[in-house]
Amino acid sequence: MRRTTENEAKPDLAALLVAVGERRDLEAFEVLFRYFAPRVRAFMARQAGDSHSAEELMQETMIAVWNKADRFDPAKGAASTWIFTIARNLRIDAFRRDKRPEFDPNDPAFVPDDVAPADEMFEAQEVSVQLHQAMATLPEEQVALLRLAFFEDNSHSAIAARLNMPLGTVKSRLRLAFSKLRAALDRKGETS
Amino acid sequence: MTIRHHLSDDLLVSYAAGSLAEGWSLAVATHLALCPACRQRLAFAEGIGGELLESSDAAAPGTDASWEAVRRRIAKSSPTPPSAAPAAPAARRAGGLPEPLRSYLGRDVETLRWRSLGRGASQIRIPTADNETQVRLLRIPAGKPVPEHGHGGRELTLVLSGSFADGNDLFARGDIEDADASLTHQPVATPGEDCICLAVTDAPLRFRSWILRAIQPLLGI
Ligand SMILES: [Zn+2]
Repeated sequence: MRRTTENEAKPDLAALLVAVGERRDLEAFEVLFRYFAPRVRAFMARQAGDSHSAEELMQETMIAVWNKADRFDPAKGAASTWIFTIARNLRIDAFRRDKRPEFDPNDPAFVPDDVAPADEMFEAQEVSVQLHQAMATLPEEQVALLRLAFFEDNSHSAIAARLNMPLGTVKSRLRLAFSKLRAALDRKGETS
Repeated sequence: MTIRHHLSDDLLVSYAAGSLAEGWSLAVATHLALCPACRQRLAFAEGIGGELLESSDAAAPGTDASWEAVRRRIAKSSPTPPSAAPAAPAARRAGGLPEPLRSYLGRDVETLRWRSLGRGASQIRIPTADNETQVRLLRIPAGKPVPEHGHGGRELTLVLSGSFADGNDLFARGDIEDADASLTHQPVATPGEDCICLAVTDAPLRFRSWILRAIQPLLGI
């Protein structure tokens, strides 16, 4: 599944995204674009019936990345996570008639985090590196299930039907994958 | 206030993936507004999405042409003004209806237009665009016991004010009960205060909700 060739040096995505946000750095954006465009197109293609609309949704996603880059905060998470959420939201707008309601951090009834921002910064960097390593240790079957859940916009019951598996099995395997990843991170957190 | 009953992993993963229907998502997002711990889990689940995006097949032709198209599109567009600095959060107000729920109702808890179900219980239906859920805000009279029963489907119940007890479990503001068809439970609204909760159930629903089923005999339906 992990087909990125190992000798293809991975650019520092977060730094590039910050450069776009701070300076409208077109060269940095081009590097980001060349890295993410095929991946976002593949993400959209799972839903789009034709390659034309997958291409169009990919372009819209990347233009949104360009326009909103100043809102990316490397203390909150990885660049790929931020771009994933933009692509996800555009895909919902394009293919679903119902909405995905979200909380509003500026709402007076919102209960804010109680962690200090400094800790958060450290954690976000650590977590994305460790998550990357933990994903590599996950059995292929579990990665495939996560990929179905995240890429296909399928409800868990639709995944169960597709894999000819009881819904409870799909849920428990997803739960297992999720908790394995979290456990891998927690263990590392304790030793650091 | 400590939340003891949190979102299940399967709800979090589907919400992060963007595959959860609007009705369930409304309960999930409203719990997230009240629960920093689950927001951290959500960030983690979205991180998995980011990782999967990165590890997906990158060998696709045509990137040069796409880049030219996007470069022209962003050059043509007028420079976007920097995103507005986030407004200073309004004074914190504990106890009100959080977003996104408040916008779905169009008003806060003091001015809701309840529709009586009899015997002090009332409801407000909340329309959503998905066709798999039914969403209601419910107000259960303080101290009202509910007979033991099972379910016909999944039901999420998020407490917004007051509380209810179910066996040894107490559900208060922010707590979410995730009940499926196999669960038999015996919830009782805590005395002293009416319990207001958001109830999301599988549709089509004919008074399948535990709360509504409790009221159903009173209504003679
Ligand atoms: Zn929670």
